[in-house]
Amino acid sequence: MSGVHVTTTINGDAVEFVCNADEPLLDVLRNRLGMTGAKEGCGTGDCGACSVTVNGRLVCSCLVLGAEVQGAKVGTIEGMAKGDQLHPLQKNFIAHAALQCGICTPGFLIAAKALLDKNPDPSEEEIRFGLAGNLCRCTGYDKIVRAVQATAKEMRGA
Amino acid sequence: MRYEAPETLKSAVTLLAKEKGLAFVLAGGTDLLVKMKGGFLEPDLVVDIKRIKGVFDITKSATGFRIGAAVPGVALGENAALVKAWPGVVEGANLIGSKQVQGRCTMVGNLCNGSPAADGVPALIAGNAKVVISGPKGKRTIPVEQVPVSPGRISLKKGEIIEAILLPKRPANSSDAYLRFIPRTEMDIAVVSAAVNLTLDGKGTVKDARVVLGAVAPTIIVVPAAAKALIGSKLDAAALEKLAAACSAACKPIDDKRGTIEFRTKVAGVLARRAAEIAYKRAGGK
Repeated sequence: MSGVHVTTTINGDAVEFVCNADEPLLDVLRNRLGMTGAKEGCGTGDCGACSVTVNGRLVCSCLVLGAEVQGAKVGTIEGMAKGDQLHPLQKNFIAHAALQCGICTPGFLIAAKALLDKNPDPSEEEIRFGLAGNLCRCTGYDKIVRAVQATAKEMRGA
Repeated sequence: MRYEAPETLKSAVTLLAKEKGLAFVLAGGTDLLVKMKGGFLEPDLVVDIKRIKGVFDITKSATGFRIGAAVPGVALGENAALVKAWPGVVEGANLIGSKQVQGRCTMVGNLCNGSPAADGVPALIAGNAKVVISGPKGKRTIPVEQVPVSPGRISLKKGEIIEAILLPKRPANSSDAYLRFIPRTEMDIAVVSAAVNLTLDGKGTVKDARVVLGAVAPTIIVVPAAAKALIGSKLDAAALEKLAAACSAACKPIDDKRGTIEFRTKVAGVLARRAAEIAYKRAGGK
């Protein structure tokens, strides 16, 4: 199998890689670029643990080929905190204990940020629908919803 | 597998037509990549059409809307003019998958997957939408309902690509609606679905109607008898009763754990009635 050479931007940094034609972006991020924040839960777009943004759109990186992000702008969980400064969503996930094992957390944070970017004042129902593509087996979702609500309130106030 | 991302439709068509092995078009990839991952498909060639000019465009003209083949579901909902003219088409497409899937999934892909339960398709058929196909022999335009032929199979020939969906111009006092039944609130596939497209006269009498059912036959079906039940009425109880009966009579569903034949047959009528009531209100009927 011949490699595909890709030039892209990840979290604002120019990145180059060579990947297989059928290699998902998730595998490129994790195995070639060492960015292990995005997790593989199902590999078929059902669980959302691998959520990233491509050109500003929330997607599952398991359902994007690495080759497709040529010239694109990719956003991953590694770009969420600014140095030591956590994003308000990250702080509130900790404060509200919105995680236990943590596997789903990067995906929830990326999806929650995409939701709040579009809708700064979501209802509980909008949050639950907005995060329906992210599965969590630990929390029962309630603490996640509370953390997102608290963040939305905080960010509207700021 | 080879990955190609041509910049013109012509080269995409040539690549697909010349490939001797298994070749697939890639737009959103939310069906194709899942099938590849599961080992159900092993393509020799994947042609990514997203670098072709115009595939991400939704354009409104005097003749209606043109929706490019790679427009993701989420972009349909963001287009206020499209939502206003074709609320049923947009609500159907936006029911597919999660926000993550919505960021990629396309109506053309939903159509070409060939599922009788496709949420993005019934309202297109109810709306008399057409597809523009580019192929080795040039372009042709066909009604959406002529694309699926049986579960998982479509009428496109080797080398052909659907480049866009065309929705006609909306007449006055006209609108549509789509409803589906699933056992949960989101992230599921239709057990039964119904789309209704109505045009009223100035007094609220139905002038024209098209009723389409999903997941109750090997393909999505148009039910002319159901449309006939509505035409000339103001959606009174008797007309709705006739509509529901015509829909149930048209069902040839499978029997499985998600829905029995009896259940699907009954619910098809119920959903069509409710969708008709929504479309009627949206069209300005009282």
